[in-house]
Amino acid sequence: MRTLLLRSLFLRPVTVPAPRPDAPTPPSEDAILAELGRVLEVKARRLFGRSITIREVDAGSCNGCELEIHALNNAVYDVERFGIKFAASPRHADVLLVTGPVTHNMRTALERTYAATPDPKWVVAVGDCAAGCGVFAESYATVGSVEKVIPVDLVIKGCPPKPIDLLKGLLTLMEQATAKASP
Amino acid sequence: MSERLAALIADRTPVSGHRPWPRYEIDDAAWVTIAQELGKGGGDLLSLWGDQDQVHLAMRVAGAAEPCVVSLRMTTSDFPSVGRFHAPAIRLERAARDLYGFTPFSAPDRRPWLDHGAWGLRAPLGARSPSMRRDPAAYDFLPALGEGLHQIPVGPVHAGIIEPGHFRFSVNGEIVARLEERLGYVHKGIDALLAGAEIERAAKVAARISGDSTVAYSFAFARAVEAALQIDPPPRAKILRGVMAELERIANHLGDIGAICNDASLSLIHAHCGIFRERVLAAADRAFGHRLMMDRIVPGGVEDAGPGAARGLQVMLDEIEKPFAEIVRLYDDTPSLQDRTCGTGIVGKDLVGQWAAGGHVGRAAGRDFDCRRDFAYAPYDDAVFKVPVFTAGDVDARVWVRIREVEQSIALLRHWLGNLPSGPARVELRDGSGEGIAMTEAFRGDVLVSVRIEGGRIARAHARDASWFQWPLLEAAIENNIVADFPLCNKSFNCSYSGHDL
Repeated sequence: MRTLLLRSLFLRPVTVPAPRPDAPTPPSEDAILAELGRVLEVKARRLFGRSITIREVDAGSCNGCELEIHALNNAVYDVERFGIKFAASPRHADVLLVTGPVTHNMRTALERTYAATPDPKWVVAVGDCAAGCGVFAESYATVGSVEKVIPVDLVIKGCPPKPIDLLKGLLTLMEQATAKASP
Repeated sequence: MSERLAALIADRTPVSGHRPWPRYEIDDAAWVTIAQELGKGGGDLLSLWGDQDQVHLAMRVAGAAEPCVVSLRMTTSDFPSVGRFHAPAIRLERAARDLYGFTPFSAPDRRPWLDHGAWGLRAPLGARSPSMRRDPAAYDFLPALGEGLHQIPVGPVHAGIIEPGHFRFSVNGEIVARLEERLGYVHKGIDALLAGAEIERAAKVAARISGDSTVAYSFAFARAVEAALQIDPPPRAKILRGVMAELERIANHLGDIGAICNDASLSLIHAHCGIFRERVLAAADRAFGHRLMMDRIVPGGVEDAGPGAARGLQVMLDEIEKPFAEIVRLYDDTPSLQDRTCGTGIVGKDLVGQWAAGGHVGRAAGRDFDCRRDFAYAPYDDAVFKVPVFTAGDVDARVWVRIREVEQSIALLRHWLGNLPSGPARVELRDGSGEGIAMTEAFRGDVLVSVRIEGGRIARAHARDASWFQWPLLEAAIENNIVADFPLCNKSFNCSYSGHDL
């Protein structure tokens, strides 16, 4: 383990680097990611001081969206460097990230999770199912889109959305939230 | 070899039009005999599901080369319970009753399973009668009695980025005396969505039964449809299907190995495995246009890979193979980590045999079964690979199964990517009718898909995830372990909620 740790000290990070503020329009996905992260960080700082905390709720997804939300935490996307982190309890959350066509069996749990989240709070519906356009929309067992159950501030489409799209979505949310917070 | 079971089906004529494995129509008496024989270890239960006026049971008679399906025509709304003799059928019977209204006669457990009283409907695929909504939290958990026992309820919303389900722990101090699962929270009505759907749309639903196994489900669904309609996909499609299935296996195993170590607080391995996994998904995206390769396997073939796909994937394998070997050495050389994984969450060979538990759960406890080898299908029928089997049955053994499988998958991929056939990747489907069944080996174990096609549409389709026979064993694995080891045990199983709840 020592060799591995020592070597890691001298390796370049796999995390995509943040660009200079005057960097031209980024051509590659890595550069877009870095630029997004930079803007996201500025917005998050302005609104929440140093960080925002997300509680993820699977309200009926196929778990595809969860895999990509998970990826936000890996060393490549490393969402925590922008002050965004995931919490285990809705009590600690500013944002609920909700996936899935809300199933009837999960409806009550989602409503209770929302009620347990302190104000101010934002809800992001992640994925086509949560947006109401997934393959599970017409079923006796599903309510449908997340906004049929709790108020939604932002929708991130995709089946599932890529981690890069999730980051873009969080940026949009920050913009909306900033506008709401500063009259 | 179960002589009684084999004799029971030996002289019967299979129903025509069911491919590739035979399906027999049987009566109540034969059904009960099968249940008793399964209970005595005469075979593996592969699935049990309802249909318009029948119950089907898929099994593999011990020692037989291929599985078969037996069907019992329903004359009343009762059928003799299989779960009464063979416990692995209990939850499947509870699900069949919730969905179809068929009551397993003399069943040992009569509580609802998928129906939480929230649909406003009873038997949505059967009589479909309106029903009053109940409090979803009302459920009779099995009692655990004893001095000092207390309960810890967990879920359905869990602490991590994971799917929902409820775990009820009865604990004595730190020791778990009983875990009982309550699932069904992500029931989306997949059976109903598939029934009556056009094949193309049904394939999209099947691809979303469990997102982490999207390739395996699309693969099984495509093969079941092709068997029903007697279509043979082109050679290029067969190899590309194998490529995608192995990429999915590697990506998931890497994620699991990292997450298990993370649950034992060794975040270093987690970080590295996360990077490897990301490399695999990014390469899959470049090759096939989707990180999880969703909807890429279709009945009739595959959506063809982009130009340069094989080269790109080979480069990715070169990038991860050596660093992965180093991480494996680190896992092997860290006693503080092994202290957590060795001897934790043991499931014995008898249990995995009785439940016919597939994947890393079975193979970590001496059950030498892999669908790719034992019910061989293209492209595995021509491939050379080893099926790693361990015997300890603990978290450590489940990690080692994954490690060895990643190595085998890399070798398979190198072979196929170096010999990718050219030509078309898809053939047209034709209209027709028939019944098809297929099993594929997903990363967590075998999945089964059965379809009945009438006039080019799906009349009935059933999917059974590997998790059906693994979830109950998690309850056994955690018994007498400490509560703090539950995340470790749970992650080492990594059962699917969505694939189970349907």
